[in-house]
Amino acid sequence: MFTWDLLANAVVAGILLGGFYAAVSLGVSLTFGLLDVVNIAHPAFVILGAYAAYVMNSSFGLDPILTGVLFTPLFYALGAGVYRIYYSSFERRGEESLRGLVFFFGLLFIIEVALSLKYGVDYRLVEAAYIGKSIDLGGVGIAFRLLVPCVVGLLMTLALSLFLSRTFYGRAVMGVSQDQVALRLMGANPVRIKTIAFGIGIAAASLSGALLITISPVVPSTDRDYIGRVFAITVLGGLGSVGGTLVASIILGVAESLMATLFGPSWSLAVSFGILLLALAVRPAGLFGR
Amino acid sequence: MNGFRTLLGWALVGAVAGTLALAGADVFVARAADPIKIGLGMALTGGLSANGKPALMAIQIWKDDVNKKGGLLGRPVELIAYDDQTNPATVPGIYTKLLEVDKVDFVVSGYGTNLIAPLMPIAMERKLTIMGILGLANNEKYKYPSYFQIQPSGPDPEANWATGFFEIAARQNPKPQTIALVGADAEYPRHAIAGARELVKKFGFKTVYDKSYPPSTVDYTPIARAIKAVSPDIVFVASYPPDSVGMVRASAEIGLQPKIFGGGMVGLQFTTVMTSLGPMLNGIVNYDFWAPESTMMFPGIKEFFAEYQKRAKEAGVDPLGYYLPPYAYSAVQILGLAIEGGKSLDQQKVADYIRSNEFSTIVGKVRFGPNGEWAKSRVLQVQYQGIKGTDVEQFRVPGKKVVLYPEEFKSGTVIYPYSAAQK
Repeated sequence: MFTWDLLANAVVAGILLGGFYAAVSLGVSLTFGLLDVVNIAHPAFVILGAYAAYVMNSSFGLDPILTGVLFTPLFYALGAGVYRIYYSSFERRGEESLRGLVFFFGLLFIIEVALSLKYGVDYRLVEAAYIGKSIDLGGVGIAFRLLVPCVVGLLMTLALSLFLSRTFYGRAVMGVSQDQVALRLMGANPVRIKTIAFGIGIAAASLSGALLITISPVVPSTDRDYIGRVFAITVLGGLGSVGGTLVASIILGVAESLMATLFGPSWSLAVSFGILLLALAVRPAGLFGR
Repeated sequence: MNGFRTLLGWALVGAVAGTLALAGADVFVARAADPIKIGLGMALTGGLSANGKPALMAIQIWKDDVNKKGGLLGRPVELIAYDDQTNPATVPGIYTKLLEVDKVDFVVSGYGTNLIAPLMPIAMERKLTIMGILGLANNEKYKYPSYFQIQPSGPDPEANWATGFFEIAARQNPKPQTIALVGADAEYPRHAIAGARELVKKFGFKTVYDKSYPPSTVDYTPIARAIKAVSPDIVFVASYPPDSVGMVRASAEIGLQPKIFGGGMVGLQFTTVMTSLGPMLNGIVNYDFWAPESTMMFPGIKEFFAEYQKRAKEAGVDPLGYYLPPYAYSAVQILGLAIEGGKSLDQQKVADYIRSNEFSTIVGKVRFGPNGEWAKSRVLQVQYQGIKGTDVEQFRVPGKKVVLYPEEFKSGTVIYPYSAAQK
C-alpha cells in the first residue's frame, strides 16, 4: 500500500538510520580510507564502546551517549596503542597486507571472547529517558532512539571533517594518505600522524557503539553484522572521503527503509548492496573518491 | 620334604590365584567406576550463546544432582561439551570428535533448530539416541525414530507452535478479522510463519501483510509502519531476540495498536530483555515455556531454580532462567531416567524406553509421540500484564506473565484489546 505519508516516514527513517551508519563507518573511513589499514576489528571496538556504555548505564545510571563521549580519550589511547603494535609488528616490515589482516581478525575475536568471558553472553540493553518515545511532525513520526544517534552521527561527521580540513594534524593525516615521503620532508613524522588518526578512528568506533546500544540490544558477537556494512559504506562513499561516507550512509539507510516500508524488508539488504555494485561499476573510486 | 614341596606348590598356586582374583576385582571395580560420558556441542559464543550458556549450566546442574545420588547404573556421569560457536558448520566435527576420540556413550544436541539440523544425519547414520534441545520441526523430514525433542511443540510442531495464540484471538468478541504476519529470514521464524499461515486458514482470518526481513536489520520502524498502514486486527511476529526488541520498541514508538500482538517472539522470555522493555511488554500475548504461576509449579522446579540462579549470578547469564534452562535439564533428566529404567547403555534400548514411557520431570510429565515431539503440545501463550518500571523482582512473582493457554495451565484471563492492557 502506497501513501505519501508512508513515503515521507520511510525517507525520514532512512535518513535517521543513515546518520547512525555514518557514525559507525567514520572510523573505517579514516583508518581504511586514509591510512590504508584494513582494520577488520573496527566493529569489535564498536561493541566494546557499546559495553562501556552498558556498564556505566547499569552501574551508575549514566546516559549511554554521554558515556560514549566521556570514554573517547580512553579509546583514543587504546587505538593509538593498537596501531603502535601493528606498526612495529607488521607495517614497518612491509608485512601488513596479509599478516596485518590476520592481526586485526585475531583482535576481533579476542575482544569478542574477552567480552563474553567478562560480561557473559546475555543481550545487553541500556535505559535512557528518550528510548521508546517519539514526536510527530506533521504526520512524520520520529523516534528519539534513532534521532539522537543520527544527530550525534552528523556532529561526528562535521567534527571529523573540520579536523581534517582546518587543523595541522588533520591536514597531515590527509597528507599521509597521499605522500608519506613528502610529509616527512615537511618535518612531520608519518607514524605519529597515523597513530593519532588511528586513535581517532577507534574513539569514533567506541562512540558509535554507545549509539548502537541505544538503538538495539547487543551481544559480543553483534560486531559480525557490521563488518560488511561499514566497509561497503566506506567504499561506496569513496575511500577517505568523510562527506562521502555520510552520503553513502544516508543512501543505504534510505534504500533499506524504502524497501522495508514499500516493497518488503527481505529485499532491503540486497538492494543496498546492489546500489554499491552499481555505483562501483559507474564510479570505481566510489561516489566521492579521488 | 615331599610334604613341604606339596605345601609350597599349593601356596604358590594359591598366591597366583589370589593375585589373579584381586587383579580381576580391580578390573571390575575400575569398570564399575568408569564414568558414563555424555557429549554435546553448545553455543557458548556467537548469536545463540545467550541461551546456550544457561542450557549447558542446567545440564551441569543435572550432572551434579545425579552424581550426588550415586550416578547412573552405579557409575558417575561425565559431561564433555564443546563450543559450536552458533555455527552449524562446526557441528559434524564436534560430534565426530565426541564419538570417535572422546568415546562418549550418549550425545545430546546443541541449542536451537539450526544447530540440531546438522546433527540429524550423523545421528541417523550411527543409530544414536538423540535428545534435542529446543528445535522446531527438526525431525519432520527425517522421521528418525530415536530423536526426541524436549521443546513442548507437540505432534505437529509448525502448527502447534502458534495454535494457542490463534485460539485466543478467535475467541474474542467481536472476533478479529485481519492479520499481519512478519518474521525474520531464518530457520525458526520460517517454520513458525509457515505454521501460522495454516492457522490463518483454519481460523478464517484474512492476511493483509505477510513479509519477512533480514536478521541483521537495524531499524524496525519502517516495518512497523508498513504494518500499521494496513491496520490489521492481529499482528503475529516470529522473531529472534534483537528483532523482537526492535519490533516492540518500534511498535510502541509509532503507535501500532492491533487488537492482539505477539505470538512467536523469541527473547521476550529473557530477563534482560524483560527488564529493559518493562511496561512496553504490557498486553503482548506471546509463546513461552514456563512462568512463575501456581499452575506451573512442578516437583523439583523450585530447587532447580534455586541452584541455577545461584550459579547464573557468577556466570553472568540470564539471572532468572525461566525459558530454556529447565527444559535443557529435563532433556538430560529423561535420558538419565531411560538409562536407569532400561538398565542399559544400548542406544536402541534407551530409545525404546523413552518412546514407550512417560517421564516425571521438572517441567512436568513428558511423553513423546511417534515423531519424537511431545505427544501433546504444551506451548504456553502468556500475556504480560501490570508491568511497572524495570525492576527484575516483579518477574519472580505470579501475575506478570499470565498463562492464557493451554486451558489446564491457565492462570488468568486475557486483557483485550492490546491497548487496554497498556493503560
